[in-house]
Amino acid sequence: MRKAGLDLRRLAAIYAGGVLGALIRVGLAQATPHGPESWPWGTFAVNMVGALLLGYFVARLRDHPEDSVAHPFLTTGICGTLTTFATLQLELFEMIDAGHLGLAMAYLAATLGIGYVCVRAGIGLERRPRETEA
Amino acid sequence: MSPGAWVAVGLVGGAAAAARFLIDSAFASRSDHPFPLGILAINLAGTLALGLVAGAALSGQALVIVAGGAIGSFTTFSTWILDSHRLAEAGHTHLVWLNVGLSLVVGFAAIALGHWLGTAL
Repeated sequence: MRKAGLDLRRLAAIYAGGVLGALIRVGLAQATPHGPESWPWGTFAVNMVGALLLGYFVARLRDHPEDSVAHPFLTTGICGTLTTFATLQLELFEMIDAGHLGLAMAYLAATLGIGYVCVRAGIGLERRPRETEA
Repeated sequence: MSPGAWVAVGLVGGAAAAARFLIDSAFASRSDHPFPLGILAINLAGTLALGLVAGAALSGQALVIVAGGAIGSFTTFSTWILDSHRLAEAGHTHLVWLNVGLSLVVGFAAIALGHWLGTAL
């Protein structure tokens, strides 16, 4: 079990990362307004970038000590908060509700497919230099 | 958006991230099973809440603070995908499909139910 003091430091790091992640995501959403008939570029961009960064940070910080604040700040804080699941579902619901089923299917397929590729690419970005050294 | 609304987005976003961590940790401490039940529960609860808020026709800065700042921050896409990737790497292929399928199907039902309830309010 971790000491309470360490948990508070982790919580504070996650809070700080969450403030940044939320401001970037909402800022981008405000800058790219869209209706149910168009591609939600703001949500799509933060989800893809967040997936890429999370893969990279998790691989990069794998050997860091458990109580380091960099890990919770970057992963659960920034990446977790920069990306969103509920907004993705609402956008899909609004597309289907407005009769744009094809757009909804394309948006879902691109989000899942490219999102998965982004996580793997993020992990790969970190691993590559070490493997060539070995 | 007023400066105060942006401050509110940041403050509730940080709180939502901390809440996600605490809830996920509570789930993780109760089970050694590899299935990411905490993130699934968080994403589905947040999706239901967003349906309610959208259906209730909350608008303007209040909508941005609650939907974008709080609920958008509480739920997560990146962790969901990374957890699925980890399950696949560990050979739990059936759990990957369960994690993706439940999130999408129950998530869509949650947004529709929330929207319907919110409209009825």
